[in-house]
Amino acid sequence: MVLGVFYFMAVFLGLGIGAFYIIEKQGWGDPLLVVNRFIVYYLVGDLYVRYMLQKMPITNIKPLLYIPIDKSRIVWYSLGKTVVSFFNWSHAFFFIPFSIVLLMEGYPPLGVIGWHLGIMALFFCNNFINVLVNNKDNVFYVLLGLFTVLGICQYSELFNITVYSAPFFNALYELPWMALLICGLLIALVFSAFSYFKRHMYLDAGLIGKKSMAKTEDYAWLNRFGNLGTFLKNDIKLIRRNKRSKTAVIMSFFFIFYGLFFFTGAVEAYDGPVWKIFAGIFISGGFLFSFGQFVPSWDSSYYPLMMSQNIRYREYLTSKWYLIIIATVVSTILASFYIYFGWDTYLAVIVGAIYNIGINSYMVLWAGAYIKTPIELTSNKKAFGDKQAFNAKTLLLTLPKLILPLGVYALGHYSIGPTAGYIFVGMAGVIGFGFRNKAFAMIESIYKKEKYKTLAAYKQKA
Amino acid sequence: MISVQNLTKKYGESIVLNIENLEIPKGQSFGLVGNNGAGKTTFFSLMLDLIQPTTGHIANNGVQVDSSEAWKPFTSAFIDETFLIGYLTPEEYFYFIGELRGRNKADIDNLLDGFEDFFHDEILGQKKYLRDLSKGNQKKAGIVASFIGDPEVIILDEPFANLDPTTQIKLKGIIKDLAANKGVTVLVSSHDLIHVTEVCERIVVLNKGELVKDISTSTETLKELEVFFGG
Repeated sequence: MVLGVFYFMAVFLGLGIGAFYIIEKQGWGDPLLVVNRFIVYYLVGDLYVRYMLQKMPITNIKPLLYIPIDKSRIVWYSLGKTVVSFFNWSHAFFFIPFSIVLLMEGYPPLGVIGWHLGIMALFFCNNFINVLVNNKDNVFYVLLGLFTVLGICQYSELFNITVYSAPFFNALYELPWMALLICGLLIALVFSAFSYFKRHMYLDAGLIGKKSMAKTEDYAWLNRFGNLGTFLKNDIKLIRRNKRSKTAVIMSFFFIFYGLFFFTGAVEAYDGPVWKIFAGIFISGGFLFSFGQFVPSWDSSYYPLMMSQNIRYREYLTSKWYLIIIATVVSTILASFYIYFGWDTYLAVIVGAIYNIGINSYMVLWAGAYIKTPIELTSNKKAFGDKQAFNAKTLLLTLPKLILPLGVYALGHYSIGPTAGYIFVGMAGVIGFGFRNKAFAMIESIYKKEKYKTLAAYKQKA
Repeated sequence: MISVQNLTKKYGESIVLNIENLEIPKGQSFGLVGNNGAGKTTFFSLMLDLIQPTTGHIANNGVQVDSSEAWKPFTSAFIDETFLIGYLTPEEYFYFIGELRGRNKADIDNLLDGFEDFFHDEILGQKKYLRDLSKGNQKKAGIVASFIGDPEVIILDEPFANLDPTTQIKLKGIIKDLAANKGVTVLVSSHDLIHVTEVCERIVVLNKGELVKDISTSTETLKELEVFFGG
């Protein structure tokens, strides 16, 4: 976690200093105006990340309720704690150096300061908006959907929201007193968050954990798969009813668009032919990486039940494997818009998918036996990486997932031609698929060997 | 039914369980009492092959539990909340366990009918996931799930804790009936000496991992236990 913080600090700092010059050099126009155009997405993205990751203060309030402290103080204290969160001050690492560069480049100080204060105030507004809308999933997903559509519209030049939002941000710079308006908005948000919390400071009101209406679902159509169907039913419920697993699915959806970095030529480093396979693996393998990697940790909270029940590892693993395969196929179909970049590009996606199905699906299950991180299904804590998940064995096992297909492709590409490269990678996947029974037998024995260690690790709640 | 030989469990230097010999016949209601850290849960975890013994072994109906899995079809347990699947409704959970144990929906519905007053209208049809139920209601669901599939051995760790008085009394009746009339071997641990003396024909006291008392329950048993733990 600490490493992650430093990483982001360094990235933000670098961007803060470099952004001005990069934009200028690329000839995209006045750097401040460019930043102002896209900042609306930055702010929405920030809200999204906060919603997913920022911990709400209410979780720690309960023990404070019955000790003799004034309620207002408890609320102020909790809200105050959100203010010093990493999610607020991390942005300073970008905006402070960027503003300093602006000043050095001769932008009028008053304008820059007004702009800077206004933007920072907006981030704090986000903080309190998040406090207010937290756990209101429907509001959140509507907003997310809206901005995704807007983003796509902008990309395809149908409709450009930044035309309307940019003047607002420009105004912060041209009319520095506008920053005061935003500070006013911030203060209003702070007080509404305060009064909202104070009003709801009861165990059966604001402090209640969110409880969803449960519906017993049968999925009888899965019964035809026998025992496998039993597990599939359970896994589908697992995915649908838990925050953490839903995040994994959403993440795997975003993986589909990862290829845009490669095929649009946006990132020069990715222009080599070999990288197409890399992109193909990622586009079709989002679910494989974000969900498959954490088998069996998804079941960590009831692993003792699974281990003492009448369960055969083979069926348990096969169910997870089917999910991965289905998701890979669906991702590949969804990714068919890459045909726009040429059949050759989509072929890379298909070949990547075959490799994912034939080889990587076993690899993730195998690696999963060594990732003994318990997963808390109902929270998104650590959804984006956890140091325990990166031990030497799992790192070694990521190599064949990503590097090996590149090597196989390179072999074919440079010795015979691009088509041979694709055929080689595809063949590797098909051969792997053929050895399914062997692979499962091996994985099964590893799971059995690791059983006690896994149980012990899951017992130590994170 | 259950036979324990030279069973020890060590963590580093400390011995948390050391049972030289213990035989539990079929159809016995067997009570395990002891203070915290006496090794009750360790013993149950060993019985379910959730941890490995340092030495010795347990045989369940002739099956050595740490080398074969053939004990699973006739053994069931509810130890703690890790035996519940939080994102399922109680019904879904029962059906899931049922499917694992070769029982279809109708079988389960049949079984659940018999527990209607045990559930007291707080488990079934509540539109709640197991994770949103109260501790006591979670326990009820877990205990009943352990009765699914006609197991021959049932292991319940602290089944009376968190239950309301009415349910405690009902549970005592159920356990007695299972052992006396259905030939089920029931292993129960408890901190509540009164409950355990009422329910179990035989009570074993563990202290710091050692088996210190093995009593056939009689009218004096409660007194004897109170003297042991009180003194």
